[in-house]
Amino acid sequence: MALDVHDRIVTIIAEQAMLEPGQIHAEMSPTDLGIDSLGMVEALFAIEEAFDISIPYNVNEPVQSDFDLRSVGSISSAVAKLVAAKG
Amino acid sequence: MSEGEAPGTTASAGRQSKSAGPPVQAAPVRSQPANSSGPRRVVITGAGTVNALGLDVPSTLAAFREGTCGITPLNFRDVDRLTIRIGAQIHDWRPETWFSRQQILLYDKFTQFALLAAREAVAQSGLAFDGELGLASGVVMGTAGGGLHTSDENYRAVYEEGKNRVHPLVVPRLMHNAAASHLSMEFGLRGPAFTVSSACASSNHAMGLAFQMIRSGGARVMLTGGSESMLCFGGVKAWEGLRVLSPDACRPFSANRNGMVQGEGGAVFVFEEYEHARARGAEILAEVAGFAMTADAEDIVMPSAGGAGRAIAGAMQDAGLNPDQIGYINAHGTGTAANDRTETAAVIHAFGDHADRLMISSTKSMHGHVIGGTGAVELLACIMALRDGVIAPTIGYQQPDPECGLDVVANAARDARVDAVLSNAFAFGGLNAVLALKRV
Repeated sequence: MALDVHDRIVTIIAEQAMLEPGQIHAEMSPTDLGIDSLGMVEALFAIEEAFDISIPYNVNEPVQSDFDLRSVGSISSAVAKLVAAKG
Repeated sequence: MSEGEAPGTTASAGRQSKSAGPPVQAAPVRSQPANSSGPRRVVITGAGTVNALGLDVPSTLAAFREGTCGITPLNFRDVDRLTIRIGAQIHDWRPETWFSRQQILLYDKFTQFALLAAREAVAQSGLAFDGELGLASGVVMGTAGGGLHTSDENYRAVYEEGKNRVHPLVVPRLMHNAAASHLSMEFGLRGPAFTVSSACASSNHAMGLAFQMIRSGGARVMLTGGSESMLCFGGVKAWEGLRVLSPDACRPFSANRNGMVQGEGGAVFVFEEYEHARARGAEILAEVAGFAMTADAEDIVMPSAGGAGRAIAGAMQDAGLNPDQIGYINAHGTGTAANDRTETAAVIHAFGDHADRLMISSTKSMHGHVIGGTGAVELLACIMALRDGVIAPTIGYQQPDPECGLDVVANAARDARVDAVLSNAFAFGGLNAVLALKRV
């Protein structure tokens, strides 16, 4: 399940970053991928739609949001938790 | 028959012309061209408003002095489906108090807001627009969403409720120029009349154009300002998507600020050519001394200190004011991380050393972000500063932010004499509009 989530996240982020999925690695940050704050909002929207979840995120305080956006891997883990919580 | 005139028009309010008048009548040539003492000057001789702090100017200014917060839990249909549920909503809005049944059918809320504000402004000015003055007078209003309530309600009716019929007046209710047109009809303003839409800078652009029009001789009196009624399900849902709204409070320039809070309402002013106002002994609230507008030409949502700074410097230059003459700036101050940091940088860029000696505050912390009407509501704080010597505070301020290190008049109003002020408005799309006002 978690692996499946990760693959789908990579696909979504790759599309936002205009890269091939093979170029995306778990340790990369949105900044590494050239994704700015508006790009992040768009990527999160795509993830919410794909998994039917709500991601708590406020552009004004990204660090304090209850969702770890520091890397592709941390995003995958956080999404996996939200998907699991959905049941 | 003009395009906007319905066939077989009945006596419905607002759809009946006030008087026929001569068939063709050009705007009268100005009797007093720009004279040897310089270009025409423009003054404000009337002000009116409706917003979450009050339904007129005195109650709004009292709230500014007290540092009252107009932000409350939102109350409208489907609010439970929103993530953000606070806003500066006008909860006691009772249109039947001010408008007939026919008018309510014809007026979206943004038009109602504009009309009520305009009635207060025109009454204060003491002007009547019959005869020649009506031909030389007009209206420029700002709005970002126009008749958004009407759109929201009718999309819901046809898409969600599956209705196949909408009210016949949907189009004249929702059009962005509805408020400007109804102002022209209610007061008999027969000169230039139109609406400006530039998101959060709409009403500053509108007031700037009205100012320029009088200064250039294109009109003698202009009603101008802006109104917005975006507090409905669709209006807030769209903003939620950007993830820039605060879930709890608007705290401009505070280090712990976490976003903007939407508001609703508007304000309307009577801009009048100075000699005309003086000749009739009108009470002058302030002089509109300068205006500048710029475009960042960079990003659709991220603001630029360069573009904003050029508008600030441009307004001072247009007004013939030096930076050290400006005592107060009503900030755009949305309470987002990006705006407040960028606006501070722009002020420092435009003012140099004087940035540390002027006062700046964001009244959005009290009346919320009135979007296309916000600059108009905020101009009231500028007039209060000039006339009453009271600087409206930035409420909700909790933690200094080194990136917003100006004198933000935190939490409590301050008594101070100022002779000239600026009002900033910076819009999504990178559009900046700054007005300069001074004491006459």
